[in-house]
Amino acid sequence: MAEPQDYTGQKPAWCPGCGNFQILKVFRDTMAGTGLEPHELVLVSGIGQAGKFPHYTRANVFNGLHGRTIPVATAVKLVNHDLNVVAVAGDGDCYGEGGNHLIHAMRRNIGIKVFVHNNQIYGLTKGQASPTTGEGVVTKTQPFGVLLEALNPMALAVALDAGFVARSFSGDREHLGQMMQAALAHDGFALLDIFQPCVVFNKVNTAAWYKEHTYHLPEGHDPADREAAFRLAMSDGEKIPLGVIYKNSRAPLEKLQPVIAGREPLVRQEFDFDAAVAEVDRFY
Amino acid sequence: MDYTIDYTIRIGGQAGQGLQTIGAVLAKLFARQGLHVFTHQDYMSRVRGGHNFYQLRFASRPVHSSRRGVDILLALDGDTVLMHQADLNPRGIVIYDSAAVRRSFDGPDFLDVPLRRISMDLTGVRLMENTAAVGAVMGILGLDLGPLERLLGETFEKKGREVVDQNIAVAREGAAFARDNCPECAFQVPETGGQPRILLDGSTGAGLGALVSGCRFYAAYPMTPSTGVLNFMASQSKSHGIVVEQAEDEIAAINMAIGASYAGVRSMTGTAGGGFALMVEGLSLAGMTETPVVIYVGQRPAPATGLPTRTEQADLLFVIHAAHGEFPRVVFAPGTPEQAFYLTNRAFDLADKYQVPAFILSDQYLVDSEWTLDGLDPGRLSQDSWRLGAAELEGLDSYRRHALTDTGVSPLAAPGLSRHLVVTDSDEHDEDGHLIEDAETRNLMVDKRLLKKLPLIREEIEPPLLYGDKQPELVIVGWGSTFGVMKDAVDELGSSESVAMLHFSQVFPFPTREHFDFIDLLQRAGRTVCVENNATSQFARLMRAETGYQCDDHVTRFDGRPFLLDELLEAIHG
Repeated sequence: MAEPQDYTGQKPAWCPGCGNFQILKVFRDTMAGTGLEPHELVLVSGIGQAGKFPHYTRANVFNGLHGRTIPVATAVKLVNHDLNVVAVAGDGDCYGEGGNHLIHAMRRNIGIKVFVHNNQIYGLTKGQASPTTGEGVVTKTQPFGVLLEALNPMALAVALDAGFVARSFSGDREHLGQMMQAALAHDGFALLDIFQPCVVFNKVNTAAWYKEHTYHLPEGHDPADREAAFRLAMSDGEKIPLGVIYKNSRAPLEKLQPVIAGREPLVRQEFDFDAAVAEVDRFY
Repeated sequence: MDYTIDYTIRIGGQAGQGLQTIGAVLAKLFARQGLHVFTHQDYMSRVRGGHNFYQLRFASRPVHSSRRGVDILLALDGDTVLMHQADLNPRGIVIYDSAAVRRSFDGPDFLDVPLRRISMDLTGVRLMENTAAVGAVMGILGLDLGPLERLLGETFEKKGREVVDQNIAVAREGAAFARDNCPECAFQVPETGGQPRILLDGSTGAGLGALVSGCRFYAAYPMTPSTGVLNFMASQSKSHGIVVEQAEDEIAAINMAIGASYAGVRSMTGTAGGGFALMVEGLSLAGMTETPVVIYVGQRPAPATGLPTRTEQADLLFVIHAAHGEFPRVVFAPGTPEQAFYLTNRAFDLADKYQVPAFILSDQYLVDSEWTLDGLDPGRLSQDSWRLGAAELEGLDSYRRHALTDTGVSPLAAPGLSRHLVVTDSDEHDEDGHLIEDAETRNLMVDKRLLKKLPLIREEIEPPLLYGDKQPELVIVGWGSTFGVMKDAVDELGSSESVAMLHFSQVFPFPTREHFDFIDLLQRAGRTVCVENNATSQFARLMRAETGYQCDDHVTRFDGRPFLLDELLEAIHG
């Protein structure tokens, strides 16, 4: 059985008080709780403060390009569906630079888990607006305040019939652990949006703000009810719901793709050289 | 064979009229009879209408290019007659159907074959008029219809016996009409009795090369002229266990290919120049993470969207220099479908051996040209594995993805095959793959990743191919898809002068002079001519940058069309 320290990597270089520390702690505890060993996990990240996350854990790691976590993670899952593949990205990475990949990963329903560290601001590049920064927020590059409507990732995911759509908050460790566990257990694509304060650059969405503006979904919510889920996702105003907003039982891509569905992972399938060479004869 | 033949058939018409199908059937028939075939296509970026043509040259000796003169012009519309009539050789003939093109042409050059009526009379629909056209060509050439009937049987087997029989009847009628109504037609094709030959286009050559190299993952976004490889890989997916994923964009495609390779299988992506422009950051990622990947780039005229369905060789310097930062890469530019086959295998081998990106640089002319070959030799293929298997990995005490070694090449493992962790990073990283910022590690990593590997990779690159006179007075220099037309030019000129072709298919790293001093050969020649399908002689500039040698003359073409043999001969001596 793996312990949380088995999932402990390098010393984080985040700012003191960053919400990432809480996410990291919960992630290690959650992984230890799953019974999985570090070598059964692949963490894929891009660039940003969240992009450094995998280095602070112990697992297989592919830390790639900004916005491109999802294509890499998708391919890893297709090549070895025995692996647990988690893509870790920030709001800029996943909702901005890599938005197109997110849309199509939800359509593919590839069995990867996307954990978005959503602090509603750009941290690494020092304080510009992200796709989830609220309207009117003034930054160095948005001197007139943000003129764009914030992206609503939950509504986007429900609209695209994503397999698993949930939201949590870094300061609510117990809830975050439950959400991570549920996402990891889901058979298919999972999007977990994790609110986190950026203590340096986001003076609006502070830890206190999140506490005040979020609530746990009531027991009675049925995540399979897409219309109800959509209403919840749209109720992104004064009070924001945390929990599993939507879930379906669509078959994931790795169980539909005939080359790998119900078979051993592609990486373990033998290559038949003679059969491949025999294809040449068709061209006589 | 007692006498030689060298005929050209050009089939012209609108997109959607099936001229490619007619051409492909004829090409296959000639190849099966042991004739040498070369075909190329000229088509517009539209699905219906416009003007397209398919050109087929067949001969009793090897041919590798298209000629301007046409012996049989099969006109599926009136425009084809008007546009191509001037290219008709003496004793050449135009086959057309006045009812279908709604126009009549007089004169001994024209044979009006009621293709549509034959189809209607025998089947009740006009669907099979193209089969009648194939029959008419066979009739004019005086060929036995047996092989055609067998091919129709194979092609329409799934549609049932009736469809096969109808097609055969229509073909026979077309052939009989042509024979009876064209007594002056002087074409004669000998019964060769030769061995059937393989007929391969450039796309299929590269695709087969990937297949036999054990490529298990192919991700791409469709883009002419690279889509042929995507289609081929998809067609092989089920039977050979290849995951083929149509990505949402080219950025996703290359990142998927890199992810698949990281996860442990040989992978490939393909695109055209514009799509490759989107892949460039991913290329750099492959360089930094030392992830093997094969990238197929089919060139077409640019900038921007350019001429989507036509040909150019203008992405050479782009592909060689693309991406931020410094890292090794390999670029191959096959000149024939056969070279595409072997070089794709070599690309996979070198990509894995040195953990670098390797390119196959093709173009529309090559991918859509069909060549006959005697066979392909599996014995020439590399089957080496450069990755650690699960058993080998389990035997290791520790594993570091980017371990420093004498060669700069670290052991390559995949995640999940053992208890060892596989860590890599687009940031500069240490031997474990974790991100660092210190200068010392940076220097060690650049030395490992780039400086140590470069000389080793350069040693793997083969010198250019010399064809013709061994001490030539005139040297025609080129790279990639101009191989065929340059070779045919040497054959044409060789009887009257001292001439050779120097063809580069392994273009980067630039070949060394160690085993074959081709620069010395060029310097001793009276005249050197660099032939390129681009406006600025990119390869000549590369050669000058790498060796200091400057070609005497340059022949360029950048109108989106390939060099025809006659045009190249005029350009060399014009």
